[in-house]
Amino acid sequence: WCEAQHVLPFFSMASFTRSLCSFSRINLGLQGSRVLTQVPNLSSRRTFTASKPFPVAQYGGRFTVTMLPGDGIGPEMMGYVQNIFRYAGVPVDFEVIQITKNSTDDEFENAMICIRRNGVALKGSIESKYGNASSGSRNATLRTQLDLFANVLHCKTYPSIQSRHSDVDIIIIRENTEGEYSMLEHENVKGVIESMKIITRKGSERIARYAFEYAIRHGRKKVTAVHKANIMKLSDGLFLETCRSIAKEYPEIEFSDMIVDNTCMQLVARPQQFDVMVMPNLYGNVVSNVVCGLVGGPGLLSGRNYGEHFAVFEPGTRNTGASVAGRNIANPVAMLNSACDMLEHLDLQSHADLIRDAIDRTLNVDKIHTADLGGQATSLDVVQNIIHVIQANTKDSS
Amino acid sequence: NFPQERQVEMAGRVAKFLISGARLAGVRHYSSDARTVTLIPGDGIGPEISAAVQKIFSAAEVPIVWEEVDVTPVKGPDGKFGIPPAAIDSVNRNGIGLKGPLMTPVGKGHRSLNLAIRKEFNLYANVRPCRSMEGYETLYRDVDVVTIRENTEGEYSGIEHEIVDGVVQSIKLITEPASRRVAEYAFQYARNNGRSKVTAVHKANIMRMSDGLFLRCCREAAERNPDIKFEEKYLDTVCLNMVQDPSKYDVLVMPNLYGDILSDLCAGLVGGLGLTPSGNIGEGGAVFESVHGTAPDIAGQDKANPTALLLSAVMMLRFMNLYNHATIIEQACFETIKEGNFRTGDLGGKAKCSEFTDEICRKIQERNG
Repeated sequence: WCEAQHVLPFFSMASFTRSLCSFSRINLGLQGSRVLTQVPNLSSRRTFTASKPFPVAQYGGRFTVTMLPGDGIGPEMMGYVQNIFRYAGVPVDFEVIQITKNSTDDEFENAMICIRRNGVALKGSIESKYGNASSGSRNATLRTQLDLFANVLHCKTYPSIQSRHSDVDIIIIRENTEGEYSMLEHENVKGVIESMKIITRKGSERIARYAFEYAIRHGRKKVTAVHKANIMKLSDGLFLETCRSIAKEYPEIEFSDMIVDNTCMQLVARPQQFDVMVMPNLYGNVVSNVVCGLVGGPGLLSGRNYGEHFAVFEPGTRNTGASVAGRNIANPVAMLNSACDMLEHLDLQSHADLIRDAIDRTLNVDKIHTADLGGQATSLDVVQNIIHVIQANTKDSS
Repeated sequence: NFPQERQVEMAGRVAKFLISGARLAGVRHYSSDARTVTLIPGDGIGPEISAAVQKIFSAAEVPIVWEEVDVTPVKGPDGKFGIPPAAIDSVNRNGIGLKGPLMTPVGKGHRSLNLAIRKEFNLYANVRPCRSMEGYETLYRDVDVVTIRENTEGEYSGIEHEIVDGVVQSIKLITEPASRRVAEYAFQYARNNGRSKVTAVHKANIMRMSDGLFLRCCREAAERNPDIKFEEKYLDTVCLNMVQDPSKYDVLVMPNLYGDILSDLCAGLVGGLGLTPSGNIGEGGAVFESVHGTAPDIAGQDKANPTALLLSAVMMLRFMNLYNHATIIEQACFETIKEGNFRTGDLGGKAKCSEFTDEICRKIQERNG
């Protein structure tokens, strides 16, 4: 279940394979790069797709990963992750950096350097103080500085979680760096504020190509672009046009587009009609929260942020969970799923499978549900059950 | 001679009367007189559902005189297509309009009519109450939400430019007067309709200055209206909670884009746009409309469902302070749908539009005795 495999932009692939094919004189322009994804795995998944290899801090068989607990329930959840990793014998060391809403710019800069050094991070959500307009949202700044252009959310119904809809299996691919989150605002006249939404062709091409490559990689049939081009004709029009032109290069994938308000209506009535959805930043926020709500809430899903060189994993709905912090009632599954995604990214598949199996058994077989899923267990109950299952499994195999 | 509180109360009442008089284009009216209301039947199924509404209103003896106008664009003296001046004059004079579905033809030389009407009458707030209807069950049973959306600015200001080739910028405009207006209206609506809580929906963690300004205006309006509870929530939290437990929210107020998405989301929860009423409130008047399409495939076959337009007309009655008539008609409509013998095709029944209408009229007459 190598679901966390992501595909890097075509041009880095092109340069790698161009050097291979130089003898055969194939002209590998941008259009022709599509053919390259069918090249079989030459080496490990990670290095094969990058023009420069991923900077992953690995020494002596152990990886170093940056950990940003953030605010709210972040610190508790990270504690559970470390605990479970110990029991599962995961060869990952965490470099923990505390960034909270009161951190200075220097501390934030240090955190950025750390992530760049390690290449991979596991992150909680950093609360924003929106009293003063001077500092931007830390989360958004992190994403733009590291150029994590794709946010991938895989929403699938859990068999034992009660939800109104069943058989939901949607992949949401959301543009992560531009759009409404450019945070460029100014007040020209007192009482009149302008906020800019920036859409670029390059950004749209990147994310559209990512979506199609992802669909092919994972055997998906349909990609739907979500937009509001009837009103925002130039900006969302550019996004839609770009998606359409990229769709022409992938004729085996069915492409359609839908306006965002109609999308929300369809999602609450019949979410089974959607497969892969690609969209700009703000609509991605709305749609991913709607779908997370349909599947069972903020406590289950993990979100992966990919850039060309870095990857950051966090809970899917990016909530700080301030209202449930410190009370032992938050659902740790989201953070644990993010941690498993991270392990798959580092090619530690067996450890990821071990933990995922334990989570699966806890939720679906033992049915230990926290309050947000309608149960009465505490966070610790869930974690301890997972640890028991891991211990049982590792004892058998030794 | 009167005690102080009485004086203040009377002053308040006089002020409110003057303001409401000024608001309704300065036309003095008495509750015994019949009010004139502009009716725009629309295209497709528009005429038949408008006729149904008129029939029900006369059965309920509502003191309203209908003035039908046609808004098919005509070529003005400057060669541009626009709403015929007779229609504009009518709505300006009456201050209240009821509009059926309009077809926006795709093509050049014709601006969207909805946009033109909105600009003409400066309709600044779009109100959409979404209530679960007994008899037409969806997966969500306990929805009772009202979305109030700022209608003039925000992301839909239409200011876009291409800075360099391949980079497009779209400007979202938030101004203090517009935000203040819609926030004040939200609290007023909550009070007039017996609602207890107003939630401001925003994304001020990302768009600090713009949504920050909107939020500030909402907070100030909350301070002026201490009898209504106020809370502020992020857009993503509201979306998440809305699909899990819609009973958490009561009245929602928000800028343009979030309102567009959330109001359609709420409409989807209760069964779609075919059952949802909608009102646009402006400084110069108010226009109530049905937001579904013209359904040309069933036009003229007596199959249409007039519920959306009827509920919008009920909203209009409440706006005009004709609360009794509003309640009677609304009850009759809900009961007819609940009983299920006279449901139209889109609700899974087999009744004709005229049969549905007649049943509602019968219930009203029974009630009135």
